[in-house]
Amino acid sequence: MIQETHSDTIVASPVYTRYIYIKKKKRLVASHFCRLPLSVVELFKVGESFTAAARDQFQEELVIRPLHSGDIYASFQFRTLWDTDFLQERQKVSHYRLFPKSLGQVLSKFSVRELHISFTQGFWRTMQWGQPFIPSPPGAELWVWFHDTVSDVDGNWKELTNVLSGIFCASLNFIDLTNTVQPSASFKPLGLGNATDHRFLRYATLPREIVCTENLTPWKKLLPCGSKAGLSVLLKSEKLFHSSFHSQAVHIRPVCQDEQCTSKAWELRQTLNVVFDLYTSGQGKKEWSLFKMFSRTLTEACPLATSSKVYVDITDNPELFELSPATPLLSQAVVLGDRRTYSVFDLTRAEMFGQLRSLNLLLRWKGDSDMLRPLLHAERYVAGFGLQTGEIHTVIYNNHPYRAFPVLLMDSVPWYLQLYIHTLTVTSKSRDNKPSYIHYQPAKDRHRPHLLEMLIQLPPHSMTEVTVQFERALLKWTEYTPDPNHGFYVGSSVVSALVPSMVAMNTNFTQDQPLFSSFVPVKEESSYFVRVYTEPLLVNLPTPDFSMPYNVICLTCTVVAVGYGSFYNLLTRTFQVDEPSLPLAKRLANLIRRIRGVPLLA
Amino acid sequence: MAAPLTLLLIVAVTIRAVLFRSSLAELISERVEVVSPLNAWKRVVEGLALLDLGVSPYSGDVFHETPLMIYLFHFTVDYAEIVFMVSPYFVDCLSCLLASLDRAKIFRKQKYALESDRYPADCLELLRSPKEMFYIPLKVAMFYLLNPFTILSCVAKSTCGLNNAIIALFIFCTLKGSALLSGILLALATYQSIYPLTLFAPALLFFLQRLYIPVNLRRSSFWCFTLQYAFIYVGSLVVITGLSFFLLGSWDFIPSVYGFIFSVPDLTPNIGLFWYFFAEMFEHFRLFFICVFQINVFFYTIPLSIKLKEHPVFLIFMQIAIISIFKSYPTVGDVALYMAFLPAWSHLYRFLRNIFLVSCVLLACSALFPVLWHLWIYAGSANSNFYYAITLLFNFGQTFLIIRPLTRRRKHPGGFDNEVSCFKSSVWKSSLKS
Repeated sequence: MIQETHSDTIVASPVYTRYIYIKKKKRLVASHFCRLPLSVVELFKVGESFTAAARDQFQEELVIRPLHSGDIYASFQFRTLWDTDFLQERQKVSHYRLFPKSLGQVLSKFSVRELHISFTQGFWRTMQWGQPFIPSPPGAELWVWFHDTVSDVDGNWKELTNVLSGIFCASLNFIDLTNTVQPSASFKPLGLGNATDHRFLRYATLPREIVCTENLTPWKKLLPCGSKAGLSVLLKSEKLFHSSFHSQAVHIRPVCQDEQCTSKAWELRQTLNVVFDLYTSGQGKKEWSLFKMFSRTLTEACPLATSSKVYVDITDNPELFELSPATPLLSQAVVLGDRRTYSVFDLTRAEMFGQLRSLNLLLRWKGDSDMLRPLLHAERYVAGFGLQTGEIHTVIYNNHPYRAFPVLLMDSVPWYLQLYIHTLTVTSKSRDNKPSYIHYQPAKDRHRPHLLEMLIQLPPHSMTEVTVQFERALLKWTEYTPDPNHGFYVGSSVVSALVPSMVAMNTNFTQDQPLFSSFVPVKEESSYFVRVYTEPLLVNLPTPDFSMPYNVICLTCTVVAVGYGSFYNLLTRTFQVDEPSLPLAKRLANLIRRIRGVPLLA
Repeated sequence: MAAPLTLLLIVAVTIRAVLFRSSLAELISERVEVVSPLNAWKRVVEGLALLDLGVSPYSGDVFHETPLMIYLFHFTVDYAEIVFMVSPYFVDCLSCLLASLDRAKIFRKQKYALESDRYPADCLELLRSPKEMFYIPLKVAMFYLLNPFTILSCVAKSTCGLNNAIIALFIFCTLKGSALLSGILLALATYQSIYPLTLFAPALLFFLQRLYIPVNLRRSSFWCFTLQYAFIYVGSLVVITGLSFFLLGSWDFIPSVYGFIFSVPDLTPNIGLFWYFFAEMFEHFRLFFICVFQINVFFYTIPLSIKLKEHPVFLIFMQIAIISIFKSYPTVGDVALYMAFLPAWSHLYRFLRNIFLVSCVLLACSALFPVLWHLWIYAGSANSNFYYAITLLFNFGQTFLIIRPLTRRRKHPGGFDNEVSCFKSSVWKSSLKS
């Protein structure tokens, strides 16, 4: 079929083949088809763009990490590589194979260099759960690097948020200039290229965004296999949203296709992290299985995937829990400064599924153990009482016993909390700790939020407290949310740091590495990058009486009118001397006097 | 005269010094009645902090002082308390000027007093006895320096005190007859908070009266002096604004200071009429009502200047009072400024019927402001309407307070500076000319 068609129709054919895979779910057919485009090239040499498409890749992976609290952390990553030369300007890309067309069009239309979007329900408890593989703040977060050829970045950003809002069925259209900032140092591009001009960066969070099934469905549609085959069959919303923490994200960035970086590709990483609670999902028993977590078992890998693996963190095995079925495949990876051991289940191998043709992992706890405290941890709260002023406290912990390291703290505060930067204090170990770098952009009422970025050196084994005072504004009655007394959300602070690593980090990126360990590029062996999000804040503002607009307009106008009226009266009136009229008695007397003919009384 | 004034100064300084050092100072400086977004000391410090960070203070919406003010405080921030303690004493100049103004007439008045046995009894009461005149400066000084509103405003380090001092100096120079200084100071006052613009008319009228130039549009001498004074005023305004531009290197301060005053974006509660009105305003009527309310402040100048052209000093008082009632971000400091004038018209107040009621209203409101604020903001047991009601009543009381002397003044067109007219008739009654 394909061999006889012209290149134009070939463009459409992968979609068709993809459809067949899902329909038939036959691995043999799939592997045959996967090789087909290559053979087409070899035979006909259609064109370079097509050879590039041939190198598209899809990998999927699930990491299961039993947490010390008895909860369980499952992290899905789906990585699609789209081999296209994105650096060529104005290149019309119309060939989509594994990469979702909806996102590809967005990338080319808005000249996006990097796009990171996450939707999170719940708050990641760093102190109980350790660091997540890819952190995200509660609510929605979106940050985008545009190409430096873009002239109207704000216009592109506005349109992009509206388009993404449609793609993900989320309220991203509420992102406007009042909650968008341009961080100068905290958000560097994670992909290729040394973009340093933060004019092309836009960052926004919607801490109030509620994540639900309607966001999951469009997210799943971006996967090459949808939710039909592979790991994504586990993504059933009735279980995923019955959890303590749910976070789904899309990260798009340019990466190297190979180690020498001779060719470049777009990388789409879709991640989904979920923490199942011991009591609500696990019925209090420290016993987890895939079926218990997702109400599904695995039966096959996604036929389009070049690798499809399940990793189970067994670093604490066998003391802590037992895993069945056991697998001989073990893998070691350095993740977040720690060397971890994983049992690997390669789903592309048929023998994994056994005779039942389904894989259901079972983990059973045996005892308790202490967790290594995360080296970096941050929390935040509002202090003060009343609705006039307040103070934001951000507390950052460095739990490293002997190493000091710098962190970048970024705060984006909405304009209706007026920050007073002269009240900013940073104290570590009850001593003043002057930030070595402060980038502050004050808010403009109804136009842009405050942006505060600081580089703070954290002494070893210390607690650093950053406080800043603010004043609450009274808004117009139409600017309040429908439930004004619920309060207003302030997005999480972002703490970014290169934390000194206990073990040597792996600096060279290879394809064989587990996906979860390769998201953030590692530049040096001695440290690793961590981003910590604090809690979002909920701040109450004074409210006017919403039932009163007519009354207030009438009453105030009355007072003004009384003033105006009095002036008008006094200034337009003329005053005249009025001859005094005599009292009645005198007038009567005068009447009589006139009759009598005697002089009248005055 | 000198001894009681010195004593007064010492008392006033002591009260302020004690309050500055007490824990009340911080509480007072947070009060919305005492400080507004335009003149809060906290915002001045914030502006200086932003300058230190290398950020333009006008890039945000916290700082709304004029550039000259930042540079003044840039050098005197450590002595801020002293600056604020000193500034009220400029208002003292005001009292001195009233003394000088009055002394010129004392002899004339004494003559009247000698002949007083020929005057009707009620008319005599309208005359100010020399003894009374003698104490007016002291009374003005007392009304300003010991006014709780002034003290609060000073302890809160509200820059309103400095603006008041500039206006007082302007009045002083005007009454001293220095057109040049008067024009420059008026330009400075306008530059600080746009509204004193309306004081141009009374100042001009005063100079015309002083130079015996009749207000006649056909007379070249009138135009000559008017243009001369206007030139001084506009010229110094341009120079001051230009100087700010060169200090700052940008025009950012224009929207941030004057745009902020006119468009009222900050709806923080205060004692004025704007905040709740515009918080509750329908969006499509907003611009219309902002225009109406702002024109309202400036509008009274024209009719008042026509009707009170014989009494420029009284006109100045009326203008200051109108500004402080109807301006967009009023504070008690503004109220204190025009209240300081009240003793000068004390002879007018003798006939007021409602003065007791009005003063009770003002006193009660001043007490209720913090109470209702606490109930709304801290206790949560009241809502914004309570505080709003008190601001309405307060402004109502203020309107009555200034309407009364105007009524008396209008009823005696000859006025009290020229008591002969009073002498002509013993009883005046008003009637509308149909």
